[in-house]
Amino acid sequence: MPEAAAAAPKKFALQQYKTEVHVDWCPGCGDFGILSSIQQALFQLQVPPYKVAMISGIGCSGKTPHYIDTYGLHTLHGRALPVATGAKLANNQLTVVAVGGDGDGYGIGAGYFVNSGRRNIDMTYIVFNNGVYGLTKGQASPTLAKGLKTKSMSEASIQEGINPIAVALGAGYTWIGRGYALDVKHLVSLIVQAINHKGTSFLDVFQTCPVYNDLRTKEWYAGEDLGRTRIRRLEADPGWDPVVKDPGSIDELVEKKTRALRASYETGDSLAVGVFYAVEMPTYDEQLAAKVPALKDHPLVDLPLYNRDVDPLFAELA
Amino acid sequence: MPTELSRREFSWVLGGPQGGGINASAEIYAKALSHGGLHVFANIEFHSNIMGKHSYYRVTAAPVPVHSHIDEIHMLVALDQESLFGDAPERKHYPSHTGHVHQLAPGGGVIYDADLKLDPAQFGRDDINLYPIPFFEVLEEALKQVGKGGQSRKYIVMRNTVALGASIGISGYDEELLFQAIRNEFKGRKAEAAEMNVAAVRAAAGYARSHFSAKPARRLAPVPEEQRKTRMLIKGFQAVGIAKLKAGLGMQTYYPISPATDESVYLEQKGPQYQCTVVQCEDEISSINMAIGAAHMGVRAATSTAGPGFALMSEGFGFAAITEAPGPVVFLWQRGGPSTGLPTRTEQADLQFALHPAHGDFPHIVVAPGDIDESFVDSFESFNWADRYQMPVVVLLEKFLASSMFTNDGIDMSKLKIDRGLVHQPEADGNGYRRHALTADGISPRTLPGMPGGIFSTTSDEHDPQGHITEGIENRIAMMRKRMAKLQTAAREIPAASKFTMHGPRQADLTLVGWGATKGAILDAMNELELDGRSVNFLQIRLMRPFPADAVAAILRNARLTVLIENNYSAQLGALIAEQTGVALDHHVLKYDGRPFSRNEIVEGVLAALSEQKKEVMVSHA
Repeated sequence: MPEAAAAAPKKFALQQYKTEVHVDWCPGCGDFGILSSIQQALFQLQVPPYKVAMISGIGCSGKTPHYIDTYGLHTLHGRALPVATGAKLANNQLTVVAVGGDGDGYGIGAGYFVNSGRRNIDMTYIVFNNGVYGLTKGQASPTLAKGLKTKSMSEASIQEGINPIAVALGAGYTWIGRGYALDVKHLVSLIVQAINHKGTSFLDVFQTCPVYNDLRTKEWYAGEDLGRTRIRRLEADPGWDPVVKDPGSIDELVEKKTRALRASYETGDSLAVGVFYAVEMPTYDEQLAAKVPALKDHPLVDLPLYNRDVDPLFAELA
Repeated sequence: MPTELSRREFSWVLGGPQGGGINASAEIYAKALSHGGLHVFANIEFHSNIMGKHSYYRVTAAPVPVHSHIDEIHMLVALDQESLFGDAPERKHYPSHTGHVHQLAPGGGVIYDADLKLDPAQFGRDDINLYPIPFFEVLEEALKQVGKGGQSRKYIVMRNTVALGASIGISGYDEELLFQAIRNEFKGRKAEAAEMNVAAVRAAAGYARSHFSAKPARRLAPVPEEQRKTRMLIKGFQAVGIAKLKAGLGMQTYYPISPATDESVYLEQKGPQYQCTVVQCEDEISSINMAIGAAHMGVRAATSTAGPGFALMSEGFGFAAITEAPGPVVFLWQRGGPSTGLPTRTEQADLQFALHPAHGDFPHIVVAPGDIDESFVDSFESFNWADRYQMPVVVLLEKFLASSMFTNDGIDMSKLKIDRGLVHQPEADGNGYRRHALTADGISPRTLPGMPGGIFSTTSDEHDPQGHITEGIENRIAMMRKRMAKLQTAAREIPAASKFTMHGPRQADLTLVGWGATKGAILDAMNELELDGRSVNFLQIRLMRPFPADAVAAILRNARLTVLIENNYSAQLGALIAEQTGVALDHHVLKYDGRPFSRNEIVEGVLAALSEQKKEVMVSHA
């Protein structure tokens, strides 16, 4: 980074994205890495804190908005995405970031995870994926692979784990990434890209739960048993290019999705992180603005909606 | 001695297979009557089916105000045999219906297709007039006149217009008014279709006049031209849709469900020109949460649904309440329950559900308008209440109101004012803002996200005044009291006129009690009940929560004899009144067959309850 840029004064300090609320996550929780990454990404982007809406589901991850000094709605289990959608459509000048856990997003909120992909609202969705339901003491979550038994489970799971990247590809997300909670620098860069993306960006984040998931520990991700890290950065492959150049080309879409799908099925000894897929498509917000042109320049909340002349509607009925 | 209404009204039914265009035809007919200066009330019954099953449209018109239908039919227009005799021949047990011939008033007329070649004896009645019209032949004749001879197969849907024309010819109404209604309906590119339909009416009316000399006992005439008033013909879903636009609705969310969809589709059509957005969601959980998200951002938001969808909204409702969202306003269009129940039929069985929509103790408002004007006013005020008291509101409506059409002299909007409630004006630095600040009336000024200095966070967990999670005991008690205090504030501030109405004299021999869209039938029935020399009044409850307990208790304790009328099985308003006032009403007249009350059902139900000294009477005439 050139000296001058690094030294450029920032209007908003990193501290302004932090609250004084006591963070009640367990010591060593992967959530700290994600929280810090979101704060740093917002700081890097210099989004005014009052122009951000953090919207969360329920669970440990759901507490995130309380720790970030922006507008925050800590909603219901699995419903962060519909609330975030309503918030963004009401005020399209806000930077809307939805966060939640894997049980929240892929279990109880699966319907909204899929359908939010169809809409392509200009917002970001970050999933804290740790394979367990932590706040209820460690039951298997939708991402825990079949046959695994964490220490809090009485028996191994006999349900398959979901592949969220694959679902996101099918649902139509226009930006799909994955990060690792303990690689903050990389995660910050992914969150910055996700927020900058026009459309719904979906970022799944491997996160450790040191209390209940004794299988997917930081040592496991670090590959202490293998002598090398299990985390593989997609961009380390010089041939990796996840960005669709021509969104009108079905061949290119399928080719890029196929490559992303293949990478998403890497498991066990090699776990891909980075940007899996990106394409620029018309957003829902833009399409709404085509119907209501004033939305191009003003958020819905600022439109003069309170002095409407409805007499023509009555006249139609006479 | 009949009332003026019952002497002068004309009850007309058009029946036929679903998907056969009976709605369009009946509505054109209703417009022709309205334009002739008549008061019109029209209601439709149809199956949850796209095509083929029996549906019918009933148009009741009179030169005096009419708000209800009667059991009897003066003129039946049957587009198929099933409309005459029902589907009993095919279904030995529990037929869907038994047709409409048996409902004809003595001296009434029935128009049907001569090609059915029915033996008059089949009708089983010698006190009615039969008007077999060869629909196809008349249509062919009409098409010939507009240069489209030989194409009657292509324009087969115009059989409806032939039937309509025959009905006008026989009942003696002004053809020109029907032509005008047809031409208004088919404008611009459809002008050719207008002339084809006009020709069909002419041919059919001419045929009817030249072939039948026997007139039905009751006929219909427009009011004299100089006395005609321009009125609109409006349905409940339109009144609510327009009210929402007037109230500043910014976002409507919905998931398709009968009978709520019409309202959302109306807003999809009319919304964009008013900068109103409508989002079709993946389910009702999404619908309510999206609306809550928008409400928290400061946009007036609503969602419309029916019972099954409202069931999915339960958790969202509690979320809106605990986070003190300024809304949403949930429009609950009741249909026959439970579960999928009777999707296209009417009922008033969701009152207790609307009063208890979610777990836990929380404040919310429930209002149940009884007619077009009230549904407009209450829909409008609901957004004010949602903003002012920062709580979700339910507007409780019925399928019957959604799809029924009423002549209306124009809605009085002069008293309607937008009230957005308390919005915090932040200091430059905004420090110290508390979204859930404890106040005497329970209301904390809200901010609009995006506003510098107004930052807040809130949560579905119990929270402190700053909106952060806490399980502290002192805070819990303070927060529960703060939220519930808003309900007291609302109870104090909402004017009595929005809470209940006493129709008729203050004191009467008989007090009817009811709510919602049974209002029309009850009002019309009151006049008939008074004919025996008893005085009758009608206590209509509108605001269900906060309930006007003291006022209602005072009225009911002074009432001599009370009869509750509800379109449900379990007398849900009766239960609410007993819970809130300790007063048990003397008699219940209930109807739970999925159909709206006819005027006769109310009169006969009330008289039966009184004469037989029955606590509860169930009525079902259809």
